[in-house]
Amino acid sequence: MALTESPPVGAAGLTRDRLREMYRYMLLGRLLDQRVLVLNRQGRAPFAISGQGHEAAQVGVGYALRRDYDWIVPYYRDITLVLVMGMEPRDQLMAALAKAGDPNSGARQMPSHFSSREHNIVSGGSPVATQILHAVGVAQAFKYRREDRVVVVTVGEGGTSEGDWHEGLNWAAIHRLPVVFLVENNAFAISVPQSLQMAVEHVTERAAGYGMPGVSVDGGDVLAVYRAAVEAVERARTGGGPTLLEAECVRLQSHSSDDDQRRYRAAEDLDSMRLHDPLERFRADLESSSILADGDADQIRLECQRLIDTAQEEADQAPVPDPATALLHVYGDD
Amino acid sequence: MPEITYVEAVQTTLRDEMRRDDRVVVMGEDVGVKGGVFGATAGLFQEFGGERVIDSPLAEASIVGVAIGMALAGLRPVAEIQFLDFIPPAMDQLISEAAKIRYRSNNGWSCPMVVRAPCGGGVHVHGALYHSQMLEALFAHVPGLKVVLPSTPYDAKGLLLSALRDPDPVCFFEHKGLYRSMRQDVPEEEYLVPIGKGQVVRPGRDISCFTYGATVHEAVAAAEKLAADKIEVEVVDLRTVRPLDRELIVESARRTGKVLVAHEANLAGGVGAEAAALVAEECFDALDGPVMRIGGPEIPAIPFAESLAEVYCLGPEKIERKLRELAAY
Repeated sequence: MALTESPPVGAAGLTRDRLREMYRYMLLGRLLDQRVLVLNRQGRAPFAISGQGHEAAQVGVGYALRRDYDWIVPYYRDITLVLVMGMEPRDQLMAALAKAGDPNSGARQMPSHFSSREHNIVSGGSPVATQILHAVGVAQAFKYRREDRVVVVTVGEGGTSEGDWHEGLNWAAIHRLPVVFLVENNAFAISVPQSLQMAVEHVTERAAGYGMPGVSVDGGDVLAVYRAAVEAVERARTGGGPTLLEAECVRLQSHSSDDDQRRYRAAEDLDSMRLHDPLERFRADLESSSILADGDADQIRLECQRLIDTAQEEADQAPVPDPATALLHVYGDD
Repeated sequence: MPEITYVEAVQTTLRDEMRRDDRVVVMGEDVGVKGGVFGATAGLFQEFGGERVIDSPLAEASIVGVAIGMALAGLRPVAEIQFLDFIPPAMDQLISEAAKIRYRSNNGWSCPMVVRAPCGGGVHVHGALYHSQMLEALFAHVPGLKVVLPSTPYDAKGLLLSALRDPDPVCFFEHKGLYRSMRQDVPEEEYLVPIGKGQVVRPGRDISCFTYGATVHEAVAAAEKLAADKIEVEVVDLRTVRPLDRELIVESARRTGKVLVAHEANLAGGVGAEAAALVAEECFDALDGPVMRIGGPEIPAIPFAESLAEVYCLGPEKIERKLRELAAY
């Protein structure tokens, strides 16, 4: 249950190219997230949710999965995870600007309600933790059909107070289902600190009560998350049942574009949090071990910015939804 | 053509569809070895095993929420809630999730599932406040759901089969007062009764009585009493309360000019209010009297003592009195 120690880069059995790719996804997620917030402050995106500070946790878990084979049931901070699973920056920029081409929902939902049938990313609503039970049902279907797929479902630590959370873990453990429960614990549910959410230090202290292993990792350490996720996914895939995985993250931005965390978090807390930015940490590790050479990080940043710029141009020019479509797709026989 | 009960119609239809389609799985409290508290899943565990007939933990949100996940992954789950009275913990899953999955994903995902639940009073003890409620109006309000309440063994089979093959979530509420009290010849071969279509169960020219569930039979009994006085009541079994059969309601109301809506559920905000509003909007020029309603009084549900229960329940006599009041208008 103790936090695992950070290993030297390369110890996770990943190639140099793989490590660079992981850094690229973390950076792409961060820059895309920042762009959406800028669009909000420009008055062009009505609402935005940020996942900044969660990139290491999301890339670590995403890289433990088989893309377009395994499934994820994400929550609203998973902008980087859905990139790893195959979605594109344009997909979230279309959603941010409420354009018809938004593949998540056709601009019917608020942004960050990720969905892609093509990439096995299950659509979610806004109630917290309802998705836990959906992942359990998906896993039950995999088991029933004797498929060796795995489903990862994510939630914040606040969501672990919901009844659906407890019910879902209980059910998954009873049937030893191939599901990994990832708690992206950033210590705040909007303004409510973890100490008012639970009486335990780590969510994983409850794992034994559900009847499954629980592993807490430093969510700012992408390779620590990756190693823990590989183990959990392997256990799920080989019939060993579910795992409760907790990645302890920092929430670098406010809960949403309508929130200001300076109103309820101490200035020194916000300052010290920035010293734990997972992106800077991974870049420094990769540079000190020469996996990123001088200038490589800048080059990757440039490439990501170009990708986002192009995507934004496309989203800018894309049409808004036709009002005539508002009544469609309530039922399948419409 | 064998004569079977309503609950046997449910049980054999589930069994036959599970034999035909291995995507169909059944889950709920006591649905396994015991075969359900009313026997609606009797024998299924023994024939199909514990992977397809799952005794769930005692957690209604799980029963519906896990079924949603199964449906998303390509199965055809049937979730049983032991009594409709116990469905509130699963309302979030039904209203926020199942009902909206197709719409919110712009037709990317769908949620084909059936939520079965026994409802209503009328078994030797009515079941009192928490084993007797008719809560269909709560679901009839929600776009994305379909809500079906069969009144006969024949319809129970045909509508359940339609529900099992429907592309969207269907709430299938079985009146437990009918489970064993009603027998009917039901064909062994498969047939579908379409969701969203009502049926004239007793034709008449003077008054239209729109109803559903067990109340259909009470309304027919009341209509026979009025027939002795040459007042012909048309009894329409709506069968589905979302979507309502608007065409049938309007056609019948325009023909008779007088409308009574009768249901066991509480009157205020009920399905009857929607049907009455439809008639008022579409048939105003053809009406020959006020649109009337009869239903449960403004108390939470059926009380336990028989003397109190009688105050809640309709029965043929109350419906007959209301019909005579309307006929005299």
